[in-house]
Amino acid sequence: MYVAVKGGEQAIDNAHKLLAEDRRGNPEHPELTLEQISEQMAYAVDRVMTEGSLYDRELAALAIKQARGDLVEAIFLLRAYRTTLPRLAVTEAIKTGEMAVERRISATYKDLPGGQILGPTFDYTHRLLDFKLAAEGEAPAPAERVDSAPDATMPRVSDFLNNEDLIELELPDSDETEVPDLTRAPLDFPADRATRLQNLARGDEGFLMALGYSTQRGYGRTHPFAGEIRMGAVAVEVVPEELGFAIQIGEITVTECEMVNQFKGSATSLPQFTRGYGLGFGHCERKTMAMALVDRSLRAQELGEDADAPAQDPEFVLYHSDNVEASGFVQHLKLPHYVDFQSELETVRTLRSEQMATLTKKAAE
Amino acid sequence: MNPQQETTLSGYNFAYLDEQTKRMIRRAILKAVAIPGYQVPFGSREMPLPYGWGTGGIQVTAAIIGAQDILKVIDQGADDTTNAVSIRKFFARTTGVETTDKTARATVIQTRHRIPEKPLTENQILVYQVPTPEPLRWLEPRETETRRMHALEEYGVMHVKLYEDIAQYGRISTSYDYPVQVNDRYIMAPSPIPKFDNPKMNEMPALQLFGAGREKRIYAIPPYTTVKSLDFDDHPFEVQAWDHSCALCGADDSFLDEVVVDNMGSRMFVCSDSDFCSERREAGHQSDGLPQVVVAQAAE
Repeated sequence: MYVAVKGGEQAIDNAHKLLAEDRRGNPEHPELTLEQISEQMAYAVDRVMTEGSLYDRELAALAIKQARGDLVEAIFLLRAYRTTLPRLAVTEAIKTGEMAVERRISATYKDLPGGQILGPTFDYTHRLLDFKLAAEGEAPAPAERVDSAPDATMPRVSDFLNNEDLIELELPDSDETEVPDLTRAPLDFPADRATRLQNLARGDEGFLMALGYSTQRGYGRTHPFAGEIRMGAVAVEVVPEELGFAIQIGEITVTECEMVNQFKGSATSLPQFTRGYGLGFGHCERKTMAMALVDRSLRAQELGEDADAPAQDPEFVLYHSDNVEASGFVQHLKLPHYVDFQSELETVRTLRSEQMATLTKKAAE
Repeated sequence: MNPQQETTLSGYNFAYLDEQTKRMIRRAILKAVAIPGYQVPFGSREMPLPYGWGTGGIQVTAAIIGAQDILKVIDQGADDTTNAVSIRKFFARTTGVETTDKTARATVIQTRHRIPEKPLTENQILVYQVPTPEPLRWLEPRETETRRMHALEEYGVMHVKLYEDIAQYGRISTSYDYPVQVNDRYIMAPSPIPKFDNPKMNEMPALQLFGAGREKRIYAIPPYTTVKSLDFDDHPFEVQAWDHSCALCGADDSFLDEVVVDNMGSRMFVCSDSDFCSERREAGHQSDGLPQVVVAQAAE
């Protein structure tokens, strides 16, 4: 006897209870605190803030805890919360040239004003599992820091090239005061660079990395050099209408990557270096480097280059970069599809029987 | 499913979205109603439910629902499928409106993949969840290109596709999300409803709204609008038919789900519209409830 598939409501409630229990794990072990996550899983927090488009370490840590360490799920949680927040003001553009730099490297110059500052990086570590970490140890001895003079300026590498007119100028879009907001208005094509960069900043790190990598392997080569990568704190400022001047409302840590790319020049312009740009919250070098590669690739058409590789196709890149959209749609295949499937069953059966009849008829002849 | 049984969610606006957002969506809906079948881009919000799980339909419902409305949510025709339960719960929590599984009682019906069997009235609104709003997408992946094709009413490629189906298979092989032309102008994706449901869209007294959250599009069919399923004079559009009637209520005019009942592959056919089926059974229509296709145990 057929039993109707009932009881969805009860099943969902039970699944939620089970999830909560599983999330906590064995209660004999102490529960993770948000401070532990934001201090010791800092890069996870940075990624969730960047792709979640919300700078809030505590909420990002909460999202990671709730998502049991599934970062794409945590990004989704943070985004869903973010939608409910009011937009109070638009900040001034952050000035990364005035950053309190913690790390700053350039691959194009051996030394440069302000110096190369390695800062905290995995780059030259030997990837050997450190079993000392397994035994909960003491805090490591503090590292020696060289405090640069507080007023020491650290000019951008691109500024040196600018002085010689060797690199294109980076000018704001003409007369455009309104910054596009992808979370308020749908993506439209052709998408301007500000929109593209916004999309890439929110985009999935893995997707951008694969796309950036593809350009390095020949699918839309861009001849990149890591002109400069810098990471540190910058001031966030707003201009309240009643004051008319900028006041600082806080400080955020960002990573910025400027790629310097070869450009052969055209009939109307001299050979010159061009730029790819990447920016993300916290310390997220891999993400910003990939972003900069893809940003430059997406400019192929504008610069009159061949544009036939996936990374050079704005519709392909921008429509598929968002992991919250992608994750939802990929996983929606879990939802019931029996009505569609029933329709397909009927079609396949009919097609088969028709073809079978034709074959039998042919065989008989 | 009693009204006010669940406490409404505190700290959130009625129907979750803020009033500005609802207004933005209502504007998109008005435009959609004014241009039947045209896909209106809108500032789709990130909802607390995943993309692909009905965020477009949810936003449309949230924008139109009022405290007096009675909401029904179905998925694959049934009220008790998990995602329908989840969405109904979402609105019960965020609005406190009365919910129902009776098609006739509902003022707003949100649906995924089906149109109820019972004809709808002028007092009802049908909200579809749409995964891929662009009917030309499988023929042309670029949005810039498909928008141009719609603007110029350049639909030859769609007819070529249907023709190629006939040339190759002797019939049009699309069985769901079967393209329609609305008001003799726009070609429109009816969402993945079976083509069985397509004729119900034509001249429907109820307003039909379509929400695609991930793709950020809203479109509509106003009441009493011509909706024609694409076909050819010598290959007219036809809907699915079954050799069986519903094993529970005996209906021979409803869309049937096929349910496998044993390891041998015996199958029974039952109404996909659970309310339609139970209403018929309450009215005294009964069938034997036995599988119509019985595969005998193979002899050892």
